[in-house]
Amino acid sequence: MIRLEPAGAEALLLVLAQQPDAQLPLRIAVLAERIRGEMGELLTDLVPGWTSLLLHYDLLRTNHHELAERLTPLLEGWLSEPSVAHGGRLHEIPILYSGEDLDEVARLCRLSPGQVIELHAAIEYRVGAIGFAPGFAYLGELDPRLALPRRATPRTAVPAGSLAIAERQTAIYPQCSPGGWHLIGRCPWRLFDLERTPPSPLVLADRVRFRPIDERDFIAEGGLL
Amino acid sequence: MSGLRVLKPGPQSILQDAGRRGWQHLGVSPAGPLDGHAAAWANRLLDNPWGTPLLEMALGGVELLAEVDTWFALCGAQVSLSVDAQPQPLSTRLPLRKDQRLNVGFARSGQYAYLAVAGGFVATPVLGSVSVQLREGIGRALQAGDDLACRPASFNHVASVPWPYLPDYRRTPLLRVITGGDAVSFSEDQVQGFFAQLWQLSPQTDRMGARLLGEPLTPPARQWSLGVTRGAIQVPPDGQPIILQADHQAMGGYPLLGWLHPLDQSRLAQCPAHHPLRFTAVSISDAQAELREFYRFFRRI
Repeated sequence: MIRLEPAGAEALLLVLAQQPDAQLPLRIAVLAERIRGEMGELLTDLVPGWTSLLLHYDLLRTNHHELAERLTPLLEGWLSEPSVAHGGRLHEIPILYSGEDLDEVARLCRLSPGQVIELHAAIEYRVGAIGFAPGFAYLGELDPRLALPRRATPRTAVPAGSLAIAERQTAIYPQCSPGGWHLIGRCPWRLFDLERTPPSPLVLADRVRFRPIDERDFIAEGGLL
Repeated sequence: MSGLRVLKPGPQSILQDAGRRGWQHLGVSPAGPLDGHAAAWANRLLDNPWGTPLLEMALGGVELLAEVDTWFALCGAQVSLSVDAQPQPLSTRLPLRKDQRLNVGFARSGQYAYLAVAGGFVATPVLGSVSVQLREGIGRALQAGDDLACRPASFNHVASVPWPYLPDYRRTPLLRVITGGDAVSFSEDQVQGFFAQLWQLSPQTDRMGARLLGEPLTPPARQWSLGVTRGAIQVPPDGQPIILQADHQAMGGYPLLGWLHPLDQSRLAQCPAHHPLRFTAVSISDAQAELREFYRFFRRI
């Protein structure tokens, strides 16, 4: 069921499922927290993936076999638990829905821009994974009526704070970076700030709602037009 | 705090410690020195603890002016080194007095030189580490006029790295690989093809990944993205492997053929573009035993 594999000389990979599902991010977050509590002093990093959890460990403090032995009862307990529907902190994030691609997204989806905003803001999303760039949280699942493939040519520079969609996912680019998603809005907040600890408010399995705001609120929330 | 004043910063000189641990779940790269072996020796020569902040210089080309009396060591790439125009040996603990000029020439072999000072450079950590990560906007490369803060220090005598521990960067390295990951999903001739051929290091190599050029491999299907480690050998759809280096991303989705032996990552990092590379298999238990011995030696201070 769960596979434990070496991932190089200093990491152990837990493969927890064949396919991602809506419950899995929260369950992986629960498992990661439990492992951190039980044997955090042996580990240097715990990195959740879509279907996995990677444990970077300190080779002077432990080894694969010792970790596997200590993980087995923990994993058995985790597997037998019923899945929990709730949990994860809820964030309400203000968005100025005025992205460069909003009109094109509406056209491709055969909707009005207003309908795109309505559909996008109607859903409570969940952080399914964090990667690609610091603080970049993949949020699922987007309404199927808004699902589009990535842009044929990625932009070389997507502005920080851009709200974007691709396939069944949505995300905010925390920093300026290259990107191939469709830009439909802007968030006035800094979602990755090295001056703060932790630097990013969103963690795995957190819940996110988007609140449409106008230009005045955008500026009031600290955004720069 | 005074220390070393930067007169010439070199093409890319950045501070590194043991890396930024514990933030990969938020997508923050660990960073750290590209050549952990040379960095470990530089610190060791000065009795600095493992991971004490030092300066990683890409290709050298650095000139510094001492504002304090201290001791230093330069390890890694073969560069010319002088203090007030007097040639000095590499991989050796040496005195540097106030108002002396330390000059690091350009590398004749190897790519990265590591400058450690007694007690280490003092800098403000970000998320627990002073390691510069340029892609993520954490810290920046040295500029002329910067001050590298360090405290005065003294030793009684010089000391050098024993010569058997100094690699010859001009040779074609035989890099050891722990096979695993998605290796079973590659066809057997693809895995053999990886080990049989002479690869070349691509000029597109950077701190994030070493890219190989050769007869392309045929990778299996892409995976659900998962946490990745330094040394992971990714095979993207174009079949040219990428070996993840210090500034690697936290998560990746390309199929993995295996991992470079952690102690051979340093050797790879010192290869210039177009350098030939060969790979051979190593068992995970042998790799771990050797790595444990390395850590016991360098982390015991």
